[in-house]
Amino acid sequence: MPKATGLSLHVPAPGVRPGDTPDFSDVDIPKAGETRRPDVDSDPKDIRDLAFTVIRVLSRDGDAVGPWANSLSNEELIVGLRHMMTVRSFDSRMLMAQRQGKTSFFVQSFGEEAVACAFQQALQKGDMNFPTYRQVGLLISQQYPLIKLMNQIYSNEEDPIRGRQLPVMYSAKDYGFFSISGNLTTQFSQAVGWAMASAISNDNKIAVGWVGDGSTSENDFHAAMVFASTYRAPVVLNIVNNQWAISTFQGMAKGGSATFAARGHGFGIPALRVDGNDYLAVHAVAKWATERARLNLGPTLVEYVTYRAGGHSTSDDPAAYRPKQEGDAWPLGDPILRLKSHLIKQGVWSEQKHAQVEAEVEDEVISAQKASEEIGTLISGNAPSARDMFEGVYEQMPPHLVKQRQEAGY
Amino acid sequence: MASMTMIDAIRSAHDAVMERDERVVVFGEDVGFFGGVFRCTAGLQEKYGPTRCFDAPISELGIVGTAIGMAAYGLRPCVEIQFADYVYPAYDQIVSEAARLRHRSAGDFTCPLVIRMPVGGGIFGGQTHSQSPEAIFTHVSGLKTVMPSNPYDAKGLLTAAIEDPDPVIFLEPKRLYNGPFDGHHDAPVVPWRSHESGDVPEDYYSLPLGKAEVRRSGEQVTVLAYGTMVYVAQTAAEESGVDAEIIDLRSLLPLDIDTITESVRKTGRCVIVHEATLTCGFGAELAALVQQECFYHLEVPIQRVTGWDTPYPHAQEWNYFPGPARLGRALQKAMEA
Ligand SMILES: Cc1ncc(C[n+]2csc(CCOP(=O)(O)OP(=O)(O)O)c2C)c(N)n1
Ligand SMILES: [Mg+2]
Repeated sequence: MPKATGLSLHVPAPGVRPGDTPDFSDVDIPKAGETRRPDVDSDPKDIRDLAFTVIRVLSRDGDAVGPWANSLSNEELIVGLRHMMTVRSFDSRMLMAQRQGKTSFFVQSFGEEAVACAFQQALQKGDMNFPTYRQVGLLISQQYPLIKLMNQIYSNEEDPIRGRQLPVMYSAKDYGFFSISGNLTTQFSQAVGWAMASAISNDNKIAVGWVGDGSTSENDFHAAMVFASTYRAPVVLNIVNNQWAISTFQGMAKGGSATFAARGHGFGIPALRVDGNDYLAVHAVAKWATERARLNLGPTLVEYVTYRAGGHSTSDDPAAYRPKQEGDAWPLGDPILRLKSHLIKQGVWSEQKHAQVEAEVEDEVISAQKASEEIGTLISGNAPSARDMFEGVYEQMPPHLVKQRQEAGY
Repeated sequence: MASMTMIDAIRSAHDAVMERDERVVVFGEDVGFFGGVFRCTAGLQEKYGPTRCFDAPISELGIVGTAIGMAAYGLRPCVEIQFADYVYPAYDQIVSEAARLRHRSAGDFTCPLVIRMPVGGGIFGGQTHSQSPEAIFTHVSGLKTVMPSNPYDAKGLLTAAIEDPDPVIFLEPKRLYNGPFDGHHDAPVVPWRSHESGDVPEDYYSLPLGKAEVRRSGEQVTVLAYGTMVYVAQTAAEESGVDAEIIDLRSLLPLDIDTITESVRKTGRCVIVHEATLTCGFGAELAALVQQECFYHLEVPIQRVTGWDTPYPHAQEWNYFPGPARLGRALQKAMEA
């Protein structure tokens, strides 16, 4: 028995800070191909080990190995690579546009492109994502017009949501993309509700909830988990663990639990942990979890292990709280480079082809940007009218708002 | 005296109180090592250690709930909600617990707690970084609600809030963090260092909660304002040529009704301005009190100039924001009757 010596408060802190040498030696990474792939109708209590490992397909040498491999053809992978490259190019152009003062704010997905791009390939028309601000890949990988994303970012006259929300808070129902809320985690329970509605209606659609590592602390996370568990909702609940929540390292949200995925166990929800920078592994796991949901077997919790390679947003400079070189030391590498190497190894890709696609993608992004900027930017003008601000608060504008709009002169 | 921004002054208040009173603990999202996304707690963890100033998991409910437990234990927690727009998950803890603990236990337990949060617009923050939710706090018995408009007040009032025996909601107009804002968004930013309220004593001091301040003496109309609107009102008075008396409420609850009454009885006219939406906003309470206390002195109906009853927009921010032109028209209208 340990002797009582008086209490003291435990406050977790990351091992390294600016100026220190990056260190990920505590991130346990099994070899690719080592983790088993159970049947989708496995009893959650028989697959608890999958919450404590990292499901990986792409080996160090660029081969696709193990039981989770081969969920996609090489042709599909080439398309997936292009999606990720488009996201990256889009991000860098929009980041620059914000820096040039053309809009107020921007959030990029730099380093985590595989998560949204690969996951989307496992969904069907009619399914609904409840995304965060870091999943633009869900839209770009469905060929959602880049110009529409940009119009939203610039809050111009063609912005599909009429200049009402901060940049990147898209909404695209036809693309299975729920209106993003700036309030973290509120949509995790809504995803469960949407899935329950599909089950109530004897439909075959499923829902997908998205949340960051930091945001799992919110009460909404736990509410979503208990409802998903109780009603066996056809939902996939995704935690994107990119190691950081603004300046706060993931240990603050994880607390004493071994992994974020392991949180599922307390609710009897099967949980998988996957290499988020491995396009093939993300897709294979997404396929497993969505199939489970569609077979009415209930929810799955998935943790994507990845790294936020950029700042939190344009309002943030990570050099203040983490070593500058930390991203380079991240042991799971870069999702685009990894898929590229794999395809080259398969003999279906080359440096030349890659460079060519890079140029094509950049052209696409730049021409969309030009067209969008011709319509207007937040600064150049041609915003949705001031009158519009009063529309859509209710379906029918109540008398007090009509009066206010008149008073405003719009 | 030192030249301080509102951010410096808030940090300095924390520092002075933490130095004097070991019971003061400070926490919130990104508040520890980084010192908060607006840097209002920068340096405190380094100086006082990680058990007196620390990061919290992203749970506003958790932050306020645990702070209530600490306050009841006998500590003096001062917590930060990153933006007022994110306080709603904590609302049950604030309304049902913090506000009522003293009363429901007949003083057996109390809750000396401060909940700080940036409020207001003017930074292109869209609907989730711009709200002014003061009225949802002033509506709750058991809470005090404070909103400073300059560095000097921010430090003195935050000190008083932390030392107060009851829960205090401390609202910080983020558009004023780095300088006063006259409402002309296209004009260059004026820094606090060129403003007299940017001179702040480095040592400990406190200002009483519940005392308003007359920012501009005038004879023709009384303007009731707080936060960013104090400066907008000053601009409106200058530009409209109306000799307005501008009262900076500083504390909404307790409210300095005497200063208000004295002024309105003198001018016979009252215009209320706030950024928050109109319907059931704090202006409604002010209007009711002014008509009750000054009915026979009023020459014209009381007017309210506020944010429209819509969510705070992104693109149309300056059509939404109650700026000097709108307020100036209201001042002139008050003079027409
Ligand atoms: C309810 C609520 N609280 C706080 C915030 C402020 N905030 C925005 S993003 C963020 C960090 C989120 O981190 P994480 O969940 O890990 O997602 P990531 O940004 O890493 O993708 C915080 C604290 C918010 N938007 N909503
Ligand atoms: Mg994160």
